[in-house]
Amino acid sequence: MDKTQTIREFIESHIVDPEFKGGIEGDIDIFGLGILDSMFALQLVNFIEERFGIAVTDEDLDIQNFSSVNRITAFVDRKKEALDG
Amino acid sequence: LSEEKEIKCVVWDLDETLWEGTVLESDEVRLKPGIADMVRTLDSRGILQSLASKGDYAAAMEKLEEFGLAEFFLYPEISWDAKSASIGRIRERLNIGIDTFLFIDDQPFERDEVKHVFPEVLCWKASAYEALLEHPRLNPKFITEDSRKRRRMYLEDIQRKREEEEFAGPKLDFLESLDMELVINGAQEQDLERAEELTQRTNQLNTTGIAYSYEELKALLRSPRHRLLVCELRDRYGSYGKIGLALLELHEDYWNLKLFLMSCRVMTRGVGSVLLSHIMKEAKKEGKRLRAEFKHTGRNRLMFVTFKFANFKAVSAGNEENMALENDLSAIKEIPPYIRVIETRSG
Repeated sequence: MDKTQTIREFIESHIVDPEFKGGIEGDIDIFGLGILDSMFALQLVNFIEERFGIAVTDEDLDIQNFSSVNRITAFVDRKKEALDG
Repeated sequence: LSEEKEIKCVVWDLDETLWEGTVLESDEVRLKPGIADMVRTLDSRGILQSLASKGDYAAAMEKLEEFGLAEFFLYPEISWDAKSASIGRIRERLNIGIDTFLFIDDQPFERDEVKHVFPEVLCWKASAYEALLEHPRLNPKFITEDSRKRRRMYLEDIQRKREEEEFAGPKLDFLESLDMELVINGAQEQDLERAEELTQRTNQLNTTGIAYSYEELKALLRSPRHRLLVCELRDRYGSYGKIGLALLELHEDYWNLKLFLMSCRVMTRGVGSVLLSHIMKEAKKEGKRLRAEFKHTGRNRLMFVTFKFANFKAVSAGNEENMALENDLSAIKEIPPYIRVIETRSG
């Protein structure tokens, strides 16, 4: 499964409103939906660290890196690049 | 050795520990002398109790019902499983630190097995039980209204969780059906014992992990340069008690959030973000900037994520451990529709 799809599925499995399930577009602000709490935020960060083998630092914990499926994908790509390069 | 925390949960073995005899071998089991009073006394101190016993669940629970003690044990584990596995499950369900457990069992093998898996658990042999009530770790400094009601609040939680699992509709509808109210108050003197208790008991949802004494909090309450907020969460099942605390230091052009904590019991209700939004709105209304102190304790990453995702930025790289965060208040999350904020007294 590709990275974006993995991230999308993780988010959708935690979203409480079925209206958004299967309908999370890449750029939609996931925290703007108002139905995700900080418990989810931490689970998301932990999931990304474990699934993609990266470490999210204090500085990385910026809502800008996590606010949409596309941004999370881009963030993971940057971190992996830094890791491999 | 690390500092010894107050015990939050006592886990009892049954046969030859809570009572004399073995349920599956005879009907003639008798409670150890004074044990029923002891269980009630621990309960009234706000110390939770559970069971890790090998045997038949139904037979043991029937005996406990007969003795009038069944209701005192949360998430009892009576099976043939390893006791460490039982204690692990109890810990997970109660969501409290493993280093706040006391385990009492007559069998050295069982105590060693638990100790091997969880070195942080205090293990006592059954014959030592008479000294239990005198033990300093079982004597909380204050017994507050919240501690007296603690077991009942956990029982209400069990009911909530059961209905949540059975609820057929979307989770948002369930949250709406709870009818949650977050009551935010300026602290009063009668709140301070509970406030002190919260600073000592709360680890995961705590910005600094710094414990405040009753006297310190009392001084802060009188200080015109500080505001201490206490909040209570209620829903249709009852009250979760006083579950949140925020301490603001008031400056000319900014407020500094010196302490911000939430009881782990409300972790899945998203009320931390609600209180934070409330404070951000207040600061903005007063024309102040908002700062916050943060100290990584190794257990409070959830709180760090909450702050960072609420748009707080680090202002001083400075000391890795003690950070200063600041929020420009340009983006404040709305209070979700399933929770009502009620402000009754200003601080």
